[in-house]
Amino acid sequence: MSGPSWVEWLIAALLLTGSLFALIGSIGLVKLPDFFMRLHGPTKATTLGVGALVIGSMLYFSQQTGEPSLHELLITFFLFLTAPVSAHMLAKAAMHEKLRREPRTRGEPWDQ
Amino acid sequence: MSFFKRILPHPWLSLSLLVGWQLLMNAVSAGSLIMGAFLALVIPLMTNVFWPNPPSNCRVDRLLLFVCRVFADIVLANLQVAKLILGPRRELRPAFVEYPLSLQHEFSISVLASTISLTPGTVSADISEDRKTLLIHGLDVGDEEAMIEHIRRRYEQPIKEVFECSRP
Amino acid sequence: MLQAVILFCLGIMSVALLLTFVRLIKGPDLPDRILAMDTLYINGIALIMLFGLYLDSNLFFEAALLIAVMGFISTVAIAKHLMRGNIIE
Repeated sequence: MSGPSWVEWLIAALLLTGSLFALIGSIGLVKLPDFFMRLHGPTKATTLGVGALVIGSMLYFSQQTGEPSLHELLITFFLFLTAPVSAHMLAKAAMHEKLRREPRTRGEPWDQ
Repeated sequence: MSFFKRILPHPWLSLSLLVGWQLLMNAVSAGSLIMGAFLALVIPLMTNVFWPNPPSNCRVDRLLLFVCRVFADIVLANLQVAKLILGPRRELRPAFVEYPLSLQHEFSISVLASTISLTPGTVSADISEDRKTLLIHGLDVGDEEAMIEHIRRRYEQPIKEVFECSRP
Repeated sequence: MLQAVILFCLGIMSVALLLTFVRLIKGPDLPDRILAMDTLYINGIALIMLFGLYLDSNLFFEAALLIAVMGFISTVAIAKHLMRGNIIE
């Protein structure tokens, strides 16, 4: 063993940033004051976090088996395609329910 | 309608189905290629009714450039949002902003809306009945005009160049 | 070294899952809970991928992909149910 190679450092960095972003998304989910602001944390920070994690896993298995293992990319693609759609649906549902907004929010949501 | 058009109504969808099947199998072999080609032929034909007319896509090179730029933006802006979330929440300035659209095609509008939702700090919440205004919720908006200008310059113009350049 | 990093990441993801669970319990409204469920399944995907790395097994990929598909569909279905009162129009 000659110590971890640069690929392993890269994988470790990807895994760490990924899980930290996911954690930040969840912190935003708990911490922010109203629904529309909470929507921002999970839909994006978490998506990017899982994206980074999945790419790290892809590198790991490619290095482990010696041949490219690309199918994890499907999860990343899928998450990046679906995150805007579910955010949009949730925002519409929240406007329909007329959820409480933070009083300092400028502008008005539309009636549904 | 030409023969090619009838067999392959959505060439890009067929291509992504073929590539997606190879990814799912995690290997390229004769069997997976045949199965992928079969799916790429049958699925677009079966779901033809549900697909909106795609815009005439004329600038694939611009599309690649745009995707790369959006990806870089996603990473950079995620760092900003992480800072906002971890910082004091009293200083956030949330706002609903009405964004006047100049895109016409439904497909390009949905691409723009998805891009806005993916770049952190903004979520596209609703679109007006006449497809002319987009309602955006921003997490920390200092100046509405600056944000609208930023979206228009950075995302809407490239999308227009990619998907709607054949229109007058 | 990698094993230690993976264990540490598993710890971080567990904290993230706990935080989403707090929002799931606290609510206060239905959309908040749906959003919490949405985050919960995305974090679940991350946890499963990490666990697969830890066990050095490629078998968890299918589970993660299935969770992604099912989670998205259920989020959209519940949101649509809230808006229209039914799912299939």
